[in-house]
Amino acid sequence: MNFGKPPRGGRLVTEAQQTFSFSRRALFVGAAQGAIGAVLVGRMAWLTIAEHDKYAALAESNRARSTLIPPRRGWIIDRTGQPIAINRSDFRVDLIPDLLDDPKREIELLQNLLQLAPEDIERLQDNLPKAAGFQPVQVAEDLDYEHFAAVNLRLPDLPGVVPARGFSRSYPAGPAVAHLIGYVGSASAEDYKKDKNPLLITPGFKIGKQGLEKSFDHFLRGQPGAKPSEVTARGKLVRELPARAETPGNTLQLTIDAGLQDYIAERMGDQSGSAVVIDTQTGDILAMVSMPAYDPNSFSKGISHDEWNMLSANDHLPLVNKTLQGLYPAGSTVKPMNALALLEAGVSPDETVACSGALRVGNSFFHCWRHQGHGAISMHRAIEQSCDIYFYQMSRKVGTKVFADMLKRLGLGEKYPLPFGSQRYGTVPDPDWKLRKYHKEWTVSDTLNSSIGQGYTLVNPLQIAVAAARIASGKTLIPRVVHRHSDQPPQSMGVSAEHLAIIHSAMGDVVGPGGTANSARIQVPGVAMGGKTGSAQVRRISMADRAAGRAQALGTQGEWKLRDHGLFISFAPVETPRYAAGIILEHAGHGAAAAQIARDAYTYLFDKQRALDTLAKLQPSWGGDIDTRMAKEKADWAAQQAALAQPQGAPADEGDMGAQANAAQPPDSSVATAVAPPSEAPDNTQDTAAPANTAVPANEATPE
Amino acid sequence: MIRNSLVPAPLAQLPWKVLLTVIGITAFGLTVLYSAAGGSLQPWALGQGARFCLFLGMSIAISRLREEQIKQAVAPAYVTLILALIATELLGKVAGGSQRWLNLGIIRLQPSELMKPLIVLTLARFYDLLPAGEIRRWTAIWPALLLIGVPAGLILIQPDLGTATMVTLGALVTMFMAGLPLRLFIGGVLAAIPLGAGAWSMLHDYQRNRILIFLDPDLDPLGKGYHITQSKIAIGSGGIFGKGFLNGTQSHLDYLPEGQTDFVFATMSEEWGLIGGVILICAFLGVVWWGMGVAQRAETRFGRLSAAGLATTIFFYVAVNLAMVMGLAPVVGVPLPLVSYGGSAVMTVLIILGLLMAIDRSQRRPGGAFG
Repeated sequence: MNFGKPPRGGRLVTEAQQTFSFSRRALFVGAAQGAIGAVLVGRMAWLTIAEHDKYAALAESNRARSTLIPPRRGWIIDRTGQPIAINRSDFRVDLIPDLLDDPKREIELLQNLLQLAPEDIERLQDNLPKAAGFQPVQVAEDLDYEHFAAVNLRLPDLPGVVPARGFSRSYPAGPAVAHLIGYVGSASAEDYKKDKNPLLITPGFKIGKQGLEKSFDHFLRGQPGAKPSEVTARGKLVRELPARAETPGNTLQLTIDAGLQDYIAERMGDQSGSAVVIDTQTGDILAMVSMPAYDPNSFSKGISHDEWNMLSANDHLPLVNKTLQGLYPAGSTVKPMNALALLEAGVSPDETVACSGALRVGNSFFHCWRHQGHGAISMHRAIEQSCDIYFYQMSRKVGTKVFADMLKRLGLGEKYPLPFGSQRYGTVPDPDWKLRKYHKEWTVSDTLNSSIGQGYTLVNPLQIAVAAARIASGKTLIPRVVHRHSDQPPQSMGVSAEHLAIIHSAMGDVVGPGGTANSARIQVPGVAMGGKTGSAQVRRISMADRAAGRAQALGTQGEWKLRDHGLFISFAPVETPRYAAGIILEHAGHGAAAAQIARDAYTYLFDKQRALDTLAKLQPSWGGDIDTRMAKEKADWAAQQAALAQPQGAPADEGDMGAQANAAQPPDSSVATAVAPPSEAPDNTQDTAAPANTAVPANEATPE
Repeated sequence: MIRNSLVPAPLAQLPWKVLLTVIGITAFGLTVLYSAAGGSLQPWALGQGARFCLFLGMSIAISRLREEQIKQAVAPAYVTLILALIATELLGKVAGGSQRWLNLGIIRLQPSELMKPLIVLTLARFYDLLPAGEIRRWTAIWPALLLIGVPAGLILIQPDLGTATMVTLGALVTMFMAGLPLRLFIGGVLAAIPLGAGAWSMLHDYQRNRILIFLDPDLDPLGKGYHITQSKIAIGSGGIFGKGFLNGTQSHLDYLPEGQTDFVFATMSEEWGLIGGVILICAFLGVVWWGMGVAQRAETRFGRLSAAGLATTIFFYVAVNLAMVMGLAPVVGVPLPLVSYGGSAVMTVLIILGLLMAIDRSQRRPGGAFG
């Protein structure tokens, strides 16, 4: 650009021209100003008229912040409507940080009034600066009336402190339903990370952490109410606005019979075991008990470290749901199932096998539990007497596949469509499986071991209960725990009724004179039980032990952890089966104790009072009912901890502390699963590893 | 004009219509400040009112000056102010960081603020001295560009983009009015595009961010675009009639940042709605057009150019602020004169008003049509 030369050939500009040009340009500028002013007015009109609604909504959402009112959780009830999980109204105290006058003084006063623990105060002081000023922060919940009243009386000195009535989850049956129902708890940081729902961090709101409480969390949760309040940009509370009420969660009805569940839990006494009772008409699970258990009430309140440690250290594994997560060798309970397989494969029930007490296969001997032998034995007696040789011989005759197929048809090794996070489904071994899993050929000893439920066969208590129910009904029952009316009636298994009758009769005689469960006969007139005992070895029986005649003594006596597990499958009444059950008692020695629990469970269903009387007689020998025993356990633990705290007293207890080994743990589980809280990760390995610590594969008969 | 023997002549000669408009705008501004403080005279309304009275007195004093006196003072004032700008820059360097203030003991003076009217007067004086025949020559341009460039540059490096822009805009309009060839302005606009790119590279990060966020405020609604977003929410939610006096939530709950200073218009709109906004815009346009009228009536070249430039300076103040608050321009930190809390803008606008009244009075003596 060159402005040095006069543009347009040096046209001269006079003052008059300049004045004229100024007037024009001033008019132009004035008009431009007016135009810009019009644009500004137009823009403002656009914002205030066309976009008013949008901005009004934005201003409103700026202004009003909601505090959520946690909804009441839906109830969980049993098949008859009896409550299993309910909400107890409790007293709680929150505080609203913004309204505090003098936080330090008020927290001190609250500490005195409520006798708060130092850790509560620490948590409170941690949370206070983090909370938005209008958002309530929990001081204490589940307060008794005295403490609550004390805070109320001092309210004039406590601006910003809000005493409120809340609801806490309550399980009237306590430990009896612990593993079935699970428990609730405040959402963890990870829960909140996964689901940014502000409800999760509302004081007093709990989510399902385990069991059905977890599986049905959203069904039970309900819709929160809202209490909006006007809040500044910095979160300072200005005033509260009208609230919207909450919608309580849905009620969940189970197939469980709460009375039976509770009864079996008590009847287990101080044993470590599990029991499942099934309605043979529908597949409804009437009871699903794993004992000992924790108290879900104290878990829902937030369990203390001390109580947690106590539960973790217990070698009866109160934190593990054994009905679904405990895997055990099936033992002799597979014998009626295998017998059914034989019948279906065309073996005559009258065909006999000569039992001499031992069977030589190649270089090894396979023993019957009765080493003098049973003589010539037919199917009926082989079940009644639990003869091993009969099944060894038969398995060589028909092949292991026949047995494996029947076990699978009966529901072993199967994962059922149940709403539980963690179900282990065990193993029904066959040659293909072994090749896949271990890359080894199936051997004759594998066939023989499988025929009596030892070796690789692993089951959980629910599975043997289902198998018992399928034998009892002849139908492919699918176990279910949630009450529904619309389910299709169970299909027939396609097994001949005649064959079933043979098995039923033999199982009936198991619980009769000469049978292995003779001690477990039901005392209710007209109600007889059919069943089958089983035991699963925990230690290997050496030739030396056998030679010394210690084989049986080792399994039934001696150190608790090394005793055999006792199993029992059953149904009743034997003529027209109505209920079926599977029970496993860890380290009980043999199946008789389990059979007696089955007897009392059926007695409860047919003659409640008689069953309760039996229980009342037995309870003193265990040290009272569950609550009494758990209270004592806590006291003992506290005393033990106090002793441990003193350095001199320590060495003596080391042995006990080590006793938390995973005695009843399924073989492939790590120690962590055994001791950790019932694990959250679904654990559904199709085939669990070979039996290890709890179930040593035994080339041996099981003593019955 | 009030012609009443009871009123002293100097008072009666004042342009009461425009003075009352200015007082009205200020009074309205004070009610907004009163509301922004949550219904309290403290901390803003009272101080602002007092300052306004002080500067109004000064304005009337300035209106008593004769045009010749103003003309003589321009050159020394310009030199003094440039020195003051340099001093500000040096002091800022010593203090570490940017500084816009010069502490004179009694008052803290912001030289860049005074430069807004002074650059107009300076250019008016320059073109007044320039013979009419020279206006289409290079000599009409380069001294003017230098006169603008030095202060604008000094202000830009403070850094104060808003004021630098205002100074440049006011000066350019004055040049336009002086009669420079139209082609220059059209060419200038075209040249501004590559120049803008160059300027972009010189801007501070926060200034670039302001421009970027202006282009898309939703980029970062809780960060740098927060101002514009909240301001639009305040204006839009006010609707046609507003939420009512003292009922604004955006301002009272602190969602609107700087609701008493740069974004005071949003505070006002939330409570008074479109109606309040239109009245305010019209009042300002009234004042500006009165100034343009003074320019049209002025008989001297200096008077004409000064009056038009000064009136336009007031216009830019208002227009840039409103455009910014309504999301039509980047957030450059220009207050709404007479309404925003803060002394500088009030001082500048009342100085301008005083000068306009002085120029007006010079033309009307012994009597004019307006007033």
